[in-house]
Amino acid sequence: MCLAIPAKIVELSAEDPTRALIEVVGVRRHVDMGLLQDDPPRSGDWVLVHVGFAMSKISEEQALDQLRMLSMMGEDEAALDEVKGYGSHDLTEGRLTPGELSDGT
Amino acid sequence: MSGTVPKIRFRDAQIEMAHGAGGKASRRLIEGLFAPLLFGSSSEPLGDAAHVSLNGSKIAITADSFVVKPLRFPGGSIGELAVNGTVNDLAVSGARAETLVVTYILESGLPVEVLEAEVRAMAKAAERAGVSIVGGDTKVVEHGKADRMYITTAGLGRPLPGLVLSARSVRAGDKVLLSGPIGDHGITILLARGELDLEADICSDTRSVLPMIEALAQAAGAGVRWMRDPTRGGVATCLNELARDCDLCVAVSEERVPMRDAVRGACELLGLDPLHIANEGQFLAVVAPEHAEVALDAIRNAPGGRDCVIIGEIRDQPSATVLGITEYGGTRVIDMLVGDPLPRIC
Amino acid sequence: MKYVDEFREAGVISKAADEIRRLADSERHYRFMEVCGGHTHAIYRFGLKDLLPPNIELIHGPGCPVCVLPMGRIDDGLSIATDPDVVFTAFGDMMRVPGTKGSPLEHKARGMDVRIVYSPSDALKLAQKNPDKQVMFFAIGFETTAPSTALTLMRAKALDVQNFSVFCNHVTIIPAIRAILDSPGMRIDAFIGPGHVSTVIGCRPYEWIAKNEHKPIAVSGFEPVDILQSIVMLLRQLKAGETKVENQYTRVVPWEGNRAALKAMAEVFELRPYFEWRGMGFISQSALRIRAAYATWDAEQRFQVPGVRVTDPKAAQCGEVLKGALKPIQCKLFGKECTPEHPIGALMVSSEGSCAAYYNYEYRKTVLTSIGIPA
Repeated sequence: MCLAIPAKIVELSAEDPTRALIEVVGVRRHVDMGLLQDDPPRSGDWVLVHVGFAMSKISEEQALDQLRMLSMMGEDEAALDEVKGYGSHDLTEGRLTPGELSDGT
Repeated sequence: MSGTVPKIRFRDAQIEMAHGAGGKASRRLIEGLFAPLLFGSSSEPLGDAAHVSLNGSKIAITADSFVVKPLRFPGGSIGELAVNGTVNDLAVSGARAETLVVTYILESGLPVEVLEAEVRAMAKAAERAGVSIVGGDTKVVEHGKADRMYITTAGLGRPLPGLVLSARSVRAGDKVLLSGPIGDHGITILLARGELDLEADICSDTRSVLPMIEALAQAAGAGVRWMRDPTRGGVATCLNELARDCDLCVAVSEERVPMRDAVRGACELLGLDPLHIANEGQFLAVVAPEHAEVALDAIRNAPGGRDCVIIGEIRDQPSATVLGITEYGGTRVIDMLVGDPLPRIC
Repeated sequence: MKYVDEFREAGVISKAADEIRRLADSERHYRFMEVCGGHTHAIYRFGLKDLLPPNIELIHGPGCPVCVLPMGRIDDGLSIATDPDVVFTAFGDMMRVPGTKGSPLEHKARGMDVRIVYSPSDALKLAQKNPDKQVMFFAIGFETTAPSTALTLMRAKALDVQNFSVFCNHVTIIPAIRAILDSPGMRIDAFIGPGHVSTVIGCRPYEWIAKNEHKPIAVSGFEPVDILQSIVMLLRQLKAGETKVENQYTRVVPWEGNRAALKAMAEVFELRPYFEWRGMGFISQSALRIRAAYATWDAEQRFQVPGVRVTDPKAAQCGEVLKGALKPIQCKLFGKECTPEHPIGALMVSSEGSCAAYYNYEYRKTVLTSIGIPA
C-alpha cells in the first residue's frame, strides 16, 4: 500500500492527457495521470507514483518548508544554552521552552 | 562455533525457480542434496572453483551454466556471460583461467544466425579474457524445451602465486572491498524482458575480473583472505555465505556501496534491494587491514578497477550476520534472499 | 534522488533523533503504532529503532493488505486460474503468499499461468494483447491502490475489453484502526498515520481518533526524516496534552484528499457489508467490491469461486501480531516452523509483514546463532 516514488514528468502525451512519461534518476516509465485530472500537472512537475499511477503533485514549497523546520530543530535550545552560559538564568526561568520556541505553529 | 557448514537435509518436494536463484533455497539444495551425495565428507566451505592436485600440480577447475532470457541485452549476451562467468569463478578462487570447454543445449527451431552470433560473442570474449576454448558438446532438444539455448562452460586454470584463500582465515578487523557499482546486470535483464515497461540507460557489467585480481594478487596477495563474485543473489548473498563460513559479522556501510543512478532508480521504483541484484563483472575481496590501502590502490590502477571501494569490515559480533550500517548509526540485518527478487508495491 | 535524498540525510536525521530524545519523558513508556506496513518496512530497513530511546516502543499495525487477506481468498483466486485459459496476474507482493495448496509461484511451478505485474493497467494491456486468454487481476491494497484499480476497470469498460476481470480484495484503513482501538487490552498512546493512503482519503477521516479516542495522530511520509519528525510531533502533542490530527507529509498529502481518486473509487466500488480480516475476524464496511455496473469485469461474478473459509493453523498467531498484541518473536512458530522460506502466514512473506521485517532485518541482531537459525 505504500511504495510510492517521487518522479519528474518529462513528457506529456499529446494524444492522451492521462498518459505521461516520468523519470526517476534516468529511469523512465509511462504512468497514468488519470487521478490528477482536476489539476493536471505539466511537464517538469514532480508527482508521486504508485503502481504506475500518479497519486499527487509534490509541492516543492512544502518540502523546503519542512526541511527548513527540521534544520531549526535544536537550534533554539542551543541559543538558550548560550544565554544561560552568560549567567542569565533568571531570564530563562518561567519563559517559553525550546520546544515551544521551535514549534512552527 | 567452528566454521563447518551445518548439515541441512533437503525437504522440498519439488524444484522451484527459487532453487536456482542463488539465495537461500539454492544453498539448501546444494548443501542438502548435492554436497552429501557428491562431495564426500569434505568439511571445507563450498567455493566458486575447486583447486585440486593432478600429477603433483595444482589446477583449478570450475563449471557454470548460463540460462538467460533474453539472449541478447544491452552490454552483452549469453555468449559473453558464458565465458566471463567461468573466467571469473576461477579468478575469485585465486586462479588464472587457461582453457574452457563449452556445451550447448539448443532448442529445435533456433535460427542459425542466433547461434552464430553467440558463438562469435564467445570467441571474442575468450580472446579478450585470454583463454582458449578447446572443445565441447552440442545437443538439440525439442522446441519449447530449452528457452532457445542453454550454455555450460567448464574451465581449467592455474592458481595464482601468493594467494591462499579461505573463509576460515578471515579475522575481525579485515576490510571488505567491492570492485565497482552493483546491480547493472540484473537490472539490465529485468528491463530487457520488457514486462515492466521501464527504460533506462543501463547495460550489463559482464567482463573478466581477472586483470583486477591479478593486480591485487601481485600487490597484496599475502593479505587477501577471501574472494567471491556476486552473481545471482547479489552482494547480500555472497556476504551472507562469507558470514556463515567464517562465523563473524560482516559490517557494511550502506552509503559506501556504489551503484549507478539507473540501478538506484529502478530499485526504488520496483521496491527491490540493490544488494540482491545480480552482477556479472564485479568481485568482493576480504583483505587484512594492513594490506587494505595497497590492495585498493592496486585494483583501482588495474583495467576496470577505477571504482573499487572499501565497503565495510569484519567484526566479531553478531556472528554469522551481515549488518548494514547507515551514516547516522541505524542498523539492519542484510539477509540472503529466499528466491528471485520480486518487485513490490507495498 | 530528489525528494528522497534530502529526507535521508544523516545530519537532519541526527537532529530529529536528538529532538526525540530531548522530548521523551524518561518517566513515561510510550507506545506508538505505525498503522501502515510500509512504515514497518521503512523503520526496519533504515534502522530507525536504533535512534529511539528505549522508552519509545513502536507497535506494528495491521496496514499490510497482503497480511490481512485470509488464506481462503488466495485459494479462491488461484482456483479461478486452474482453468488453462486464465492468466493469474498480481503484484510481486502476492507471489509467495501461501494458499492451502501453495503460493502463486508454487502454482506457477506446477504449470499455472501466473505473471507479475507492476500496475493494474499492465494487466489490462496483457488482456488486450492476448485476446484468446482470460486475464484476471488479483487486486490487493488499501485506499492507496484502489483508485488505480478503479480507473483500470473504467478503462476496461470504455474499451470493452471482454477478456479482463478483477478479483477485488481492496480493504479500507479506518475500520482496521477502529478494530485496534476496540481491542481489549490494547494500549496505544498515539498513531503514526499512513501517508500514502492519505494522499487519497486526506486527513479528515482520522479526526475521530483525536477527538473521540483522544489519541494524537501524525500523518507521516516514509523516509527516515518523515518518520522521525512524526514521532517528534506526537511527543510534542503528548507533552502539551493535545490530541489532534497533524499532517507531517505536507509535500504530498492534501488535507482534503484526492477528489478525483475518491470519485473513481465511488464509481466502481461499493463497500461490502462485512469482510473477513485474517486474525481479526469479520469487520463490517471494511472492504470494497465491484459495483453491479461493472459486474462483467468482476472475477467473482464471471467465475465460480469456492468461497471456502480457511482458518489459520491454531499455533499460528498471525492475528495477534497483526493487531500489535504480540511481537513477531513471541509467536510460537516464529523462526522455527514459520520462516520466509517456509511461511505459515502472510506476515512472514509479505515485504511489509512485521514478521518478515523482523526476521530479515532484526532477528539475528538479538538472537544467538546457537539457537540454530534455519539457513
